Order: sequence, then C-alpha cells, then structure tokens
Amino acid sequence: MTNPLFIGLDIGASRTKVAVIDMNGSLMGHAVNKSGTDFSLTAAACLDRALEMAGATRSRVLRAVSTGYGRTNVSFITNTSKTEIGCLARGCHHAFPEAITVIDIGGQDNKIVKLDSAGRRSSFKMNRKCAAGTGAFLEEMASRLDLPLERMNDLARQSDDMVKLGSYCTVFSATEVLENIRHGKKVSDIVKGIFYSVIKRVLEMDSLTERVVMSGGVVAHNPYIVEMAAEMIGRPVLLPEFPQLAGAIGAALYARDDKSQGES
Amino acid sequence: MADESKTGRKKIQATDTMNRLMADYFYGLNEAAKSGRQKVAWCTSVGPAELLRAMGFAVHFPENHAALLGATRMSTDLIPAANAIGYSPDICSYLTADVGAHLTGITPLAKAYPGIEAVPRPDVLVYNTNQCRDVQDWFAWYARELNVPCIGISSPKNIGAVTDAHIDDVARQMEALIPTLEEIAGARLDMDRLRETVSLSRECTELWKRVLETATVTPAPLTFFDGTIHMGPAVVLRGTREAIDYYTVLLAELEERIAEGAGAVDGEQYRVYWDGMPVWGRLRQHSELFAGLGANVVASTYCSSWIFPAFDGNDPIRSMAKAYLELFIVRSDSYKEQYIQEMLRKFRIDGIIYHDAKTCPCNSNSRYGLPQRLETKTGIPNLVISGDLNDLRCVSDEQTKTNVEAFIELIEEGK
Ligand code: SF4
Repeated sequence: MTNPLFIGLDIGASRTKVAVIDMNGSLMGHAVNKSGTDFSLTAAACLDRALEMAGATRSRVLRAVSTGYGRTNVSFITNTSKTEIGCLARGCHHAFPEAITVIDIGGQDNKIVKLDSAGRRSSFKMNRKCAAGTGAFLEEMASRLDLPLERMNDLARQSDDMVKLGSYCTVFSATEVLENIRHGKKVSDIVKGIFYSVIKRVLEMDSLTERVVMSGGVVAHNPYIVEMAAEMIGRPVLLPEFPQLAGAIGAALYARDDKSQGES
Repeated sequence: MADESKTGRKKIQATDTMNRLMADYFYGLNEAAKSGRQKVAWCTSVGPAELLRAMGFAVHFPENHAALLGATRMSTDLIPAANAIGYSPDICSYLTADVGAHLTGITPLAKAYPGIEAVPRPDVLVYNTNQCRDVQDWFAWYARELNVPCIGISSPKNIGAVTDAHIDDVARQMEALIPTLEEIAGARLDMDRLRETVSLSRECTELWKRVLETATVTPAPLTFFDGTIHMGPAVVLRGTREAIDYYTVLLAELEERIAEGAGAVDGEQYRVYWDGMPVWGRLRQHSELFAGLGANVVASTYCSSWIFPAFDGNDPIRSMAKAYLELFIVRSDSYKEQYIQEMLRKFRIDGIIYHDAKTCPCNSNSRYGLPQRLETKTGIPNLVISGDLNDLRCVSDEQTKTNVEAFIELIEEGK
C-alpha cells in the first residue's frame, strides 16, 4: 500500500480520541467526542471524522491499536490493544524524546509515568479509587457553581485571592465550596482554589523528575492549570501540541510499529 | 476445568485429596460441637493452635471461615450488617464479614458440606495479637455474643531481632493460658502430647516450605493463587499427621511437574512476587489475568507466612513463642525489606506487586516507603494496587487490570 495510515483510538471513560498518523509519525487527522454509552459507535464516528480530516478513507488504514477504558469495544477496526499508560508514554515521548515525567489528568483518572531517555517506562502510578484531582471532580464543582466547564479557565485567571480547599474528598470539597459561597467569596477565587486542589492531588501521587510534561483533556481545556502547576513545581512544564491526543497518538505509533498485525 | 486450560493454567491433581481432607476436618468440627464429645476452641490463624490441639480441643479458625466468605463472594453483602452495629467499614473485613455472617445466620460451610448448618459453637476463644489487634476485637465480640471465655496473648509488634526477652514474655503468656484451658477441657495438659504436636507442626511446616520452593524453578509448577488454596491444611491442620501426609502427596506431584518441565502457567515469561493479602473474591480473575499475560506470581509473603522454622518438639512452649514471634507480620520494616529482598533473589523475580488492602493495614506493606526503598536497592520495579481482601466495594477491577497489564508491559520493556 502506498502512503498507508495508522490509527490510534483512545476510548476513555469520558472522551473518545482518535489520531491518524502516516509512516513518518506525522499527525494527519484527529477527532474527539464524548464517549457516551455506545463506545463502538462513538469510536467509528470519530474515526471517520479523523480520516476525513486526513483526506482519506478506511481503505488506506493499514493498522490500528486501541487503548483506554473501552479498548476492547472496537473490533470493527482492531483487536490489538495496549494500556493507556503505555500509549500515553509513547505519545509524550514522541513529542519530547528525552527523560520525562508525564502527568496526565483525564476525565476519570490521573496518571504519572516516568520515562528514561529511550522512552522506557521506569514507573507509573494511577490515582486510587476516588475522583479527587480528575476531570470528574472539575465537572462536579462546575455544576455546584452553576458554571459551564469552559468558563473555569478564564475565571481562575481573574482570581486575586485564591480560596484554599483542604479536603481530599469530592463530597467534602463540594461542602467547602458551598461554605465559601455562603461567606461571599468571589467565584473566580473559588475556581482557582479548585484548580489548585486538582494539582495538589496529582502532585501527591509521586515524586517528579527534572522534565515534566502534562497531558490529558483537563490541561488541554484549562491551560491555566499548567501555568499554576509550573509555578508550584518551580520549573517550566512542557505541553505537547495536542495534550488530549497524547494517548491516541501513542496508540497510532504502536500501530505503525506493530508488524505482527501484518505488513503492507 | 476447561477454563483453566483455556487461559494456560494447569490444575493440581492433589486438589481432590485436599478437598476431602478439608471436608473431613469441617465434618469433624461439626460433630465435636454437636455431640459435645470434644471441646471446641476458636483460634487465630497464627495463634497457639498446637497447645489447643494437644489439649484435645477441636480447633476452628475464624480467619479461614472469613476467607471462605470472601472466596465465595458472600462477604460484601454481609459486611454491612457488622457496619450497622458499629464495626466500621475501615476495620478488618475478615472481622466484619464473619460477624456479619453470624448476625445474618449464614455460613458457606452449609452450602459446601451438606449436613453442616452452622459454624461450630466455641467453648473458648484464643487469640494472639501477633498479627493485629483486630483479631482480639473480633473474638471479644463473640465472647460477649456467645458468653464464652476469651483469652489470649498480647504480642510485641514491629520488632527487628526476636530476643530472649520477647520470647520469655510470650512463653509466659502461653503458660498462663494453660490453667484456664485445662479447666475448660476438663483434663491436664499432657506435655508429651504437646511435644508430639509441635513436632508434627514442624514437619508440616518443612513440607509446606518445600512445596512453595518448588516455584524457584523456571517454569514454576505452582502459582500464588494455587498456594492460597493449598495452604488450607497448613493453617487449620498443622500439628496433625493428615496435613503432613497431604503435603507429601502435593510435593510429589509438583516435583513430577518439574521433572516434566511443566509450568503452572503456559509459556511463563515473567516472574512476579505478591506482597499482602489475596483478594479472595477475585482469585480466579487474577489468576487468569496473570496467566493471560504470560506472567506467574511465583512467590508471596502471604503463603510463606505459614513457615515456622522455630518449632521444636524438645522445647515446645518456648519454640512456639519464638515461631509465632518470628513471623513477617510481627517484624519491623527493615526486617521486612531484607526478607523480601531475599525472596526476590531466591525466586528470581522480575517485578513486585504490593496489594494495599484497605481494611488490613498490617498486611499492607506499601505505606511506609518500603517499595521505593527496595526498588532503589534492587532495581526491580514495583506496582501498588489498591483493593481489599474481602470487601469488594474497595476493589476496582478495571483499575487493577489496567495497572497489572501496564506493569507487565513495563517489565517487558526493561528486559
Ligand atoms: S491481619 Fe488483617 S486480615 Fe488478618 S485479621 Fe488482622 S486485620 Fe484482618
């Protein structure tokens, strides 16, 4: 096949992401959608949108790899899957080929993955059972504040007197938020406090190495979180061009290199 | 057994023999409690079972019962009954499952063994806090509920070297149990019988050790998950001839497997060490998960905890005191670190999994930096998984699966 394409499908609990790459690993097309209740249907729709962006059809797809929570639900395109930790590592190392610590803040979970300069994982951590520090936490807090999610980033930026939330737990944090509303605190200060809490929860998970990369939907939509994190860590944080697609791109790279699925 | 071969796991033939042995044990206990011909003592799993057996008690182990509740996945529905009377969801889920079962009038024994209706009623409850305080609180609940005497040993904890002072203390506490036990048993302790029982326990323990050490060979002829089942006799029948006979049979089968080069997991590629409790309600899933990835969990702290090298028939009480103090769970973190490091060497381990069990802090060894220290020393990667022994409300199957798969990928990358 001339100019074959490789697909990575990252079917997360909250969002489905698809990346289309060529033989050189260049991103040719991509799409993101809410995962919804039919993972297979959502993935198929995302795939077609991403291919359209690449100006191609499914006939040019040579191999695909899936990852994420719904990774086994896409047999229409592939039965080969990799863990989201592996794909995330691969995608971020592709963007930053050096020794890095990846912090990924997703809709349902957080991950910290440490990679050596060759991209080999030396350790990884996933958050524990609760939603603290994840996108789900932000969504819950936005609904408590009756705010659309997209407004949080700008609001947090406007804060000049951040409110501190002390609790781990989403339910307790919600109570703290209500308490602050009652005391007449400004919404922007509360939102910044919520961002701060997300970063704290993630930084508690593991120690960091020198170069830190952030990825995931939460940082893609809230770049201010990255700025705050950099300030808290005390050094700059790297961000791939498409932070939300890191896992999908990683899966597509695995697809490109996975000769066991068949040659062109 | 079709499933087992599908995921590349092999059945141990001696299992049927063990099942018969365990059935005889439970029927014997039931008969003792019903007929009153033999007094019944309840004992903690690393309590002074030899003393009780030598004094003629039929011995029931509530932890064994609680593990059955877990393995049959009955526990998660029963735990709330204990929570509701003030026993927190954060404390030992063996305790809460077992108390919940009592409150609800349910036992897995009734289902497995027709004719048995209930757990054998105790005449005395005997604990040793060498493992945790929860066992004492657990037995204290039954003491109030059933109006039965509850006696035991308060053991030192977190010790490095086991010293004479520790042994003197525990031996004296054991001796102090004897008058009460004699009164309940209605007979004097026969020292010769105690010597013999301790000697039998020693023999049992040596065989169990050899059974576990067959897994030092590659491919290993058994898995941690097999071990959690086959350790039954080492727990509930130590001090009896039957346990020794059983492990002789099991050992022969495993040695035969080694001679044939037959591993418990087809195409064993990765050798994993498990620290902490098993997730009883997920034994099968976990066993399939690892086997499906070409990984064998070849060794564990848990199964190895029923190896008691100190037992000595010539000095029964002091050697029991020593044996029950030398246990991993009683020891300091620096001892634990050395112990695991030695296991990693002996079993040629590629990666360690620490099970952080929500309700069992004493068996969750990842909470004071031990994994990080050991990884720095040995370079062997580790993974901590959050879960629980019996309360499946604390277990996330999806997270466990992703974590384990990613861990095996990591090991593979590093090979
Ligand atoms: S050691 Fe853990 S599982 Fe065993 S009785 Fe104590 S708290 Fe329960």
